[in-house]
Amino acid sequence: MSQPAPEIQVCVLSQPRLLGAVRAMLETFAERIGFCETRRGELVLAVDEAMTNIIRHGYGHAPDCRIWLSLRELPSPRRGIRVEIEDHQAAFDPEEVSGRSLDEVRPGGLGLHLIRQLTNVCRHERRSEGGMRLVIEKFCDDASTGPSPAGTQTPGAASR
Amino acid sequence: MTSVDAMTIVEEPRGDALVLRPIGDVDLSRSPHMRERLTKAIASPAKRLIVDLSKVPYMDSSGVATLVEALQHCRKAGKKLVLAALQPKVRSIFEIAKLTQVFDVVDKVDGAGA
Repeated sequence: MSQPAPEIQVCVLSQPRLLGAVRAMLETFAERIGFCETRRGELVLAVDEAMTNIIRHGYGHAPDCRIWLSLRELPSPRRGIRVEIEDHQAAFDPEEVSGRSLDEVRPGGLGLHLIRQLTNVCRHERRSEGGMRLVIEKFCDDASTGPSPAGTQTPGAASR
Repeated sequence: MTSVDAMTIVEEPRGDALVLRPIGDVDLSRSPHMRERLTKAIASPAKRLIVDLSKVPYMDSSGVATLVEALQHCRKAGKKLVLAALQPKVRSIFEIAKLTQVFDVVDKVDGAGA
């Protein structure tokens, strides 16, 4: 069964200065759906980190590449939001990507860890047309945001 | 259109300390500017740097990385770096990253001995 069309679908250039506009859009959408301020903040940070990773690591700071965002309200009874973030960077093996250990104090490597920590579902997929898709789901009533479900955490070499 | 934004960072000398007060969100577009200002501050005669985050409602991991880097540079230079007045969202990212124990974090700038 195909899923319904996203409520919001936007294409954003890979420019850091546009991240604030995406955060504002997502914040408003999440508020309308019923997210409390804390959960909204967690979702916004997770998506911001995902886009930051694409800009830095996927596109190497090239300012004219495209990132596609789709936002869907999750169907009842589970209130929440599904965000799909797609790009056309060179495909990578999600199994090879990990955030750094939090016991290691150094700049960088926090982004992926935060995304996993702050969402209920976090999954990388290869797009059939090339590039990658990150699927994130965040629930409104998520009382204790923690690591994403088994299988979505991928210890490996690269750090994002 | 450039891809990096300058941000307002107010500097205020207080005795042997230098207070830096960034204003606004710190994300990938602004953290390079904050890094530049912190680097200059570390090179200044001030013995302590106090980063007053009371005017920063949002920070992402690039901002955190910038502060971790500054902390490491301060330690090498024999200086102290203190973070003051973190807003809830900013405090939260430091807690998730287990960095509240790594930095000296105080509730108010005055509590940093400034």
